[in-house]
Amino acid sequence: MIRLERRVETPRWLSFAVPIGSLAAALFAGSFLILFSGNSAVETYVRITERAFTDTGALSSSILAATPLLFTGLAAAAAFRMGVFNIGGEGQFVMGAIAAAYVGLATGEQLGFGAFPLMVIAGAVAGGLWAGIVGALKAFFNTNEIIISLMLNYIASNIAYYLIFNSESYVRLLTGSGKVFPQGRPLDESAWWPFTHIGPIDFPLGFWLGVAVAVITWVLYRSTRYGFEVKVIGDAPAAAKYAGMRTRRKIIAVMALSGALAGVGGASDVGDIRHLLDPKGLRQAGYGYTGIVVAALARLNPLAVVVVAVLMGGLNNAGRSLEGPNFPAGLVGTLQGLILFFALGGEILAHYKIRFPRRSHAPEPVV
Amino acid sequence: MAASTHVETAGEPTLAVSMRGITKRFPGVVANDRVDFDLAAGEVHALLGENGAGKSTLSNVLTGIYRPEEGTIHIAGEAVTVTSPRDALSKGIGMVHQHFRLVPTFTVAENIVLGQRGPMRRREIDERVRALGERYGLSVDPTAKVWQLSVGEQQRVEILKALERDAKVLVLDEPTAVLTPQEAEVLFVTLRAMADEGRSIVFISHKLDEVMAVSDRVTVLRDARHVGTVEVAGSSTRELARLMVGRDVVFNSDDATDRPVIDYDRRVLEVDSLTADDDRGQQALNGASLTLHAGEIVALCGVAGNGQRELAEAICATRARTGGTVTVEGHLTVGRDPRELIELGISHVPEDRLHTGLAASVTIEENLVLKSYRRPPISFGPFVKRKAVRSTASSLIERFGVKAPSPSTPTRMLSGGNVQKVLLAREFSAEPKALIAASPTRGLDVGAIETVRSLLLDAARSGVGVLLMTEDLDEAIALADRILVMYEGRIAGEMKRGEADITEIGLLMGGGSLEERPVQDSSLEERPVQDSGS
Repeated sequence: MIRLERRVETPRWLSFAVPIGSLAAALFAGSFLILFSGNSAVETYVRITERAFTDTGALSSSILAATPLLFTGLAAAAAFRMGVFNIGGEGQFVMGAIAAAYVGLATGEQLGFGAFPLMVIAGAVAGGLWAGIVGALKAFFNTNEIIISLMLNYIASNIAYYLIFNSESYVRLLTGSGKVFPQGRPLDESAWWPFTHIGPIDFPLGFWLGVAVAVITWVLYRSTRYGFEVKVIGDAPAAAKYAGMRTRRKIIAVMALSGALAGVGGASDVGDIRHLLDPKGLRQAGYGYTGIVVAALARLNPLAVVVVAVLMGGLNNAGRSLEGPNFPAGLVGTLQGLILFFALGGEILAHYKIRFPRRSHAPEPVV
Repeated sequence: MAASTHVETAGEPTLAVSMRGITKRFPGVVANDRVDFDLAAGEVHALLGENGAGKSTLSNVLTGIYRPEEGTIHIAGEAVTVTSPRDALSKGIGMVHQHFRLVPTFTVAENIVLGQRGPMRRREIDERVRALGERYGLSVDPTAKVWQLSVGEQQRVEILKALERDAKVLVLDEPTAVLTPQEAEVLFVTLRAMADEGRSIVFISHKLDEVMAVSDRVTVLRDARHVGTVEVAGSSTRELARLMVGRDVVFNSDDATDRPVIDYDRRVLEVDSLTADDDRGQQALNGASLTLHAGEIVALCGVAGNGQRELAEAICATRARTGGTVTVEGHLTVGRDPRELIELGISHVPEDRLHTGLAASVTIEENLVLKSYRRPPISFGPFVKRKAVRSTASSLIERFGVKAPSPSTPTRMLSGGNVQKVLLAREFSAEPKALIAASPTRGLDVGAIETVRSLLLDAARSGVGVLLMTEDLDEAIALADRILVMYEGRIAGEMKRGEADITEIGLLMGGGSLEERPVQDSSLEERPVQDSGS
């Protein structure tokens, strides 16, 4: 019999050791899958590492791939911290992208870089409102946020599809190749978000924005009244209500914040990466769902989200470039799944001690 | 499968159940202390006692949920060890819990056969359930889903579940707590019918009139001990009340000179005909009214579940009020939320300290500022100043003598007494006008109890009106200027300090009325009811 015993406090080293150990365990388990697919595990991991980080230009691509995950990871962490399970980062990201595409197209030509702040705001507002629906429904009708936010993902994705494939919308390209293949209208080049170059590495502006947002979020949750309330509501809603915290408002606020973060990610997708609205690409990427993995692996710490996002971005990047006959397409996704699985399992170790008690007393006889 | 191997003990008829010297300990508490309990075949036997007296523990021992440290159990004359509820059922002992163990989305019949082995023949079971129901007046549609049933009907399903397995002994834990008086009447008829068939009923209750109405014998528990078993026929509610609550006053804080001074011109809290529903949506507060003056300690006595919790929560606005008014020092509090009530000067020490009063996993220091974090000096604009939290917390920890490894320890790691001190420290430091304390000393050791009581007196001395909700009558008598008794969501009676009689309070708590006061009862004269006060 194994017994779990709750820890008094999680020791500091464990909060580092657990995610790293989980990652190692996931890669170990993953190596069996790779063996089954008929490849060498070591070789495959070496190739992934090369393509993700060490090859020329690999790190730049990985950081670009990490940028959307940074936002969706922060979005998930912001909500999960209060025990509100926003699975809708995906949809909020898409709504952010739609709004940013509209604003970028409308203002990009005249304003150039001046469109950047407007796109960020548009993305945040759209994502925040989209998530706010979930928050309001939960606060006032006690609906399950997981289901509602998940359903809204499909709606958001379908709205984006409608705009590009089934209508002659403002964000659709209606000239040139757009007449033949439905596609989004690209932003004026002057409105593309600029890159900064540090040594050989290119950093998209969205990445810096994400790092800044991560720091702000970290401070917000650590040292503000908002963060304090989120902590108490997440731990004991009854105690929070009793202490005069307005829990309904807080649920809506947390959801809106979470959605806004994902929405800015959508804006960054348009500004940094694609420069147009690409519903198909967004659906395939599934940034919102990977963001949940990122948040979980970062143990909901916004600063750790930055590191984990780069790691996951690297995996995605490597997966894309390695895909081929001797590298199964689903491998990277499977690895990410394994990592999440082990990360969640590892949480048990962080909060509980595992004991193997001797089978001491058999059922004592009643004297 | 009925018990066929009777082992007759010399002379006496075989008892359905005989429990001898049952002792059950929990960490820090003895829940049953050498308790004896005999149940004859064909009787309805009530287990009477205050909350925490050990009734539920004893029945849980009998039904195999707990294993006693000491003592023997005989069922139908045979020494047995009951290892689990399933085992108890196979030995003929069924239990109807206060909170039903039913699957809401299953039908009545499905619930009844749940856990049985073998193929499920729906029609056969339906028929059996119907037949059983008719036989005992427990009519309920076997094909109905449980969630569609009323609470009373659900209880019938629980009883049928036990009967279907041919339980010879049926234990009902406060069965009437969830029933309307009419439903209770029906239940009593059923219980009598089952007893007449030779089955034995253990009826757990603290309502005196019900015990008198339905049972043959009563065993009274008090402070984990067996204090007596009496025949109902030769007893009275008065005697039962005395057995239930009667005990020596151990704490006497009655220094007549040092009583807090009451300022009758300042009504810090006025509650007028307040009504509210419980968590299930049934009306639990039926127009409660009370007034609390500055410096006054008013004890609100009553058996748990008579609306005390709902009253406290409705006053604090953490529970929706359905009618009536609450006035805090002249401010009417209609449509205010909990935060505004706190700001008006209402403090509340809830019964559920670790989940309602405090956030269990959050640190001690953060819990200490759970209500003050919004204002300076703890906060600065949108920020919470960690240094201010730490210093405020440290001074409170010292002032109230909280024993904790560090201010950043999760609160759930503390002992019960220290948890309560953290909660009181926070509530007192808010400098309230009125303090509502629900069972503030329950579960604490003697030292901690003394501390808490003197803190309450100190609060009153500093002009706070204290509403002390307690089931401990000695505590009420020792501390309060007035005692109110709550019964079924109403204030059933009021007594002034010095006039309070513990037996009368017990009677009111059990739903009796003061009118049926007997002329003289010599045994009451001996009770040292303190009247040196005021």
